[in-house]
Amino acid sequence: MERSARVVLITACLALALVRAAWAVDPTELPDPALQARYLALTHELRCMQCQNEALADSPVGLAADLRREVRDQLLAGKSDEQIRAWMTARYGDFILFRPRYSLRNAWLWGAPFALLLIGALVCWRVVRTRTTLLPGDHEPLEEDGQNG
Amino acid sequence: MTKFLLPLGLFVLLAVVLAIGIRHSPEKGIIASPLLGKPAPVFALPNLTDPAHEVRSADLRGHWYLFNVWGTWCGGCREEHQALLQVRRAAVVPIIGLDWKDDDAQALGWLTQLGNPYQSVATDHSGREAIEWGVYGAPETFLVNPQGIVVYKHVGALTPDTWSREILPRVSGRPAGSS
Repeated sequence: MERSARVVLITACLALALVRAAWAVDPTELPDPALQARYLALTHELRCMQCQNEALADSPVGLAADLRREVRDQLLAGKSDEQIRAWMTARYGDFILFRPRYSLRNAWLWGAPFALLLIGALVCWRVVRTRTTLLPGDHEPLEEDGQNG
Repeated sequence: MTKFLLPLGLFVLLAVVLAIGIRHSPEKGIIASPLLGKPAPVFALPNLTDPAHEVRSADLRGHWYLFNVWGTWCGGCREEHQALLQVRRAAVVPIIGLDWKDDDAQALGWLTQLGNPYQSVATDHSGREAIEWGVYGAPETFLVNPQGIVVYKHVGALTPDTWSREILPRVSGRPAGSS
């Protein structure tokens, strides 16, 4: 009884695994494994513009399928990854890249955490320095405390 | 006195940053088109209403035109249709339609039923032309100047307000408000 239950369970799992493969959003297979790997990498780092928080690879909407077709066709035509990225950003802007580029326009955004850290350090330093200069007045009671304790 | 200068300065800085954020909030979710200020894509596409003549960007050189991306499957397109008909009646700038990933028969039915605001309608069954324009959802409307440069893009249904505030002033070369 237990054995047959186990068999049923394993069969069900295998069947589910197959179903999952059949349900994958993007069934595209490129002839060359190297191209396929680049295809997968690109479709995961490009954004689906319609749903905005999904990658091209994961989105079932029409525009994502059209853009995946572009990626596939351009890879087959021998375009480099950088050429494909440039082609996409020329049409949809930097927003289509999940990994934003460094540029003069967004430099302040990348720099802001470091600027804030610097401000924090300055404030810290000033507080410490002020406290240190106050110390002489507090000096004696503190020492007495130490002797009594 | 100087003790308050730093917090005050920080407060002003924060207020400025937030004010910029609030000013731009109506554009939230709208992605600026990299096409703005750049030449519109060159196209020669099948004509929905007149199969003998392609819709070609070369024929539109020297004139302002609106490039409106629509489809019968698109709710916002039905919403903006009256506004487009008004634009046609105003006869200031022609509208070129791009029927995006649509069925020709349905599109023709739509134009017969609701009226045709377009000078001509190009069809894009594969969706390739829409990608050239960086379209990510219909309706979208582009304003192209006589030199073929995209000067304005509107995402979502076009309203009489968008027309009088954003499009008409650009075409007539007069600031909004004056007439």
